[in-house]
Amino acid sequence: MAQTVPIPHGMKEARRRENIAGYLFMAPSLLFFIGFVIFPMGMCLVTSFFNYTMTEFTFTGLKNYQIMFGDSVFIKALVNTIVIVVVSVPITCMFSLWVASVIYKMRQLHTSFFRCVFYLPVVTGSVAVTVVWKWIFNNYTGVLNYVCKALGIISTNVNWLGDPGTALWCIITILLTTSVGQPIVLYVSALSNVDHSLVEAASVDGATNMQTFWRIKWPQIMPTTLYILVITTINSFQCFALIQLLTSGGPNHATETIMYYIYYNAFKLQNYGYGSAMGIILAIIIAIFSAIQFRLAKTDNG
Amino acid sequence: MSAIEKKQRASLLNKRAPEVDNTDHSVHALTPYRVISIIILIVLTLLLIFPLYWIVTGSFKTKLAINARVPVWFPVEPTLDNYQRLFQKPAFTWLFNTVIICAAAMGLTCVAAAMGGYALAKKKFTGRAFLFSLFVCAMALPKQVILIPLLKEMAFLKLHNTLWAVILPTVGWPFGVFLMKQFSESIPNEMLEAARIDGAGETRTFIDIVLPMIKPGIGALAIFTFITAWNDYFLQLIMLNDTKVLSISLGIAKLQSEMSTDFGIIMAGAALGSVPIIIIFLLFQKFFTRGITMGAVKG
Repeated sequence: MAQTVPIPHGMKEARRRENIAGYLFMAPSLLFFIGFVIFPMGMCLVTSFFNYTMTEFTFTGLKNYQIMFGDSVFIKALVNTIVIVVVSVPITCMFSLWVASVIYKMRQLHTSFFRCVFYLPVVTGSVAVTVVWKWIFNNYTGVLNYVCKALGIISTNVNWLGDPGTALWCIITILLTTSVGQPIVLYVSALSNVDHSLVEAASVDGATNMQTFWRIKWPQIMPTTLYILVITTINSFQCFALIQLLTSGGPNHATETIMYYIYYNAFKLQNYGYGSAMGIILAIIIAIFSAIQFRLAKTDNG
Repeated sequence: MSAIEKKQRASLLNKRAPEVDNTDHSVHALTPYRVISIIILIVLTLLLIFPLYWIVTGSFKTKLAINARVPVWFPVEPTLDNYQRLFQKPAFTWLFNTVIICAAAMGLTCVAAAMGGYALAKKKFTGRAFLFSLFVCAMALPKQVILIPLLKEMAFLKLHNTLWAVILPTVGWPFGVFLMKQFSESIPNEMLEAARIDGAGETRTFIDIVLPMIKPGIGALAIFTFITAWNDYFLQLIMLNDTKVLSISLGIAKLQSEMSTDFGIIMAGAALGSVPIIIIFLLFQKFFTRGITMGAVKG
């Protein structure tokens, strides 16, 4: 391996060496990637065609998929999940763009400070965040009831998590606090990288701040926006810890999401085949959403 | 576009490259819009920090203060009772397990991803384009969906209920390779060529030339993996059941399900689970930010 590549020997030898070296360097990551991501993904697809429980393993074709679309709880979970995505994704994107546009021009130290603050709920971890919110929302000892009563918004204590009308909104609120961190970091960096000569030229030409933003900065940060839309969508679709720890999908399936329902079926009822089938559908839905966002962003960008 | 790339390359190669080098001078003008924005921002900051404040102060409150109808905003008579009760449970073991998971996942990910990312960026082997798109596509898939077969696989490998069941899938996640490929792209080909002409073998080139160049990237990946692994609740929930192998996240969840309204001990657990990782984040946040931003380019 130590000699230089002999040129007269031709391209073939060099190519062979490059292949061997390339695959040797790839080997560790490929091992883990294939073993613990690709292989299980394939198995997920396969098991979705089986009636697979603790005692049974029989091929049933598309039966799991048929059951799914007649399962009213699954439909409810699907609707809830889509509500969560449709509400939280645009709010997260717009809010983080707004925060980033306010803080990116500050002094380095101040920018870092705000960036950290908005990232804190992510770092704190879903479990710690969830348990404290459970206390804040508590019917008797929660701060929220106290503050709302003091401000005159409500007159009697509200059981925020126990009421089907409010539970899903509580979940969305917490989800928002834990999902703006990463987009803000990305937007701050994207806005700092906007080509400044264009911005200056525009202001010389008498463009207002708004015009400069939409005409010059917005197109340049489009790739970042697209990336943020995709990751936020994926994260919102997979909302799980909040549901499991706060409401377990209740009351009366008001906060049931696909991810929680998969967990419930696969790991509580040991109905692996059905769980896998729902997982495949979830993956397909996410792929469709991402594709739509890509298409929209592409045409938007011209 | 190329200007942006050049800047990213510059900030990669030069650790101290300022993030904002095109200082906008119209900035410091305090328009009414800006004043209002900053006020809103400060209010939001207080609201966002509140849950964290509530965890930490709550963990020092007496039962009386916790259950008061009028919230006790600050623990005037702090008590360690919650922590004493917490440590009667194997809370230290939980914390220790989490640290082991994070450290092992971090180490393995960095080694595997640094090698893989370099190969994807600089080695022209057959099937490179295919492998790269496979990595990127896998990243867009919901990783929680594969937990069912993963559980079966771990049971088959006799790794279920061991920390490996959490470590191995974390290392397999393609983000690290993708990130390291982004960083390796900035290594000038001439340097690799020069090393080859000097007679350095592949291993030598990797250790002496490549590693020093991608060190900032490895730092970013290390801290990113550590924090992600710390908070990956779902994977831990599926793979670890025995009290002895629980992680701190699972420990807090267990506290909550066992003593649902004893918020004092639950907050003590939450503080134990979140304060260490927050400190690590604050210490290394520069690396962390770089990891997030580099991972997104051309996402």
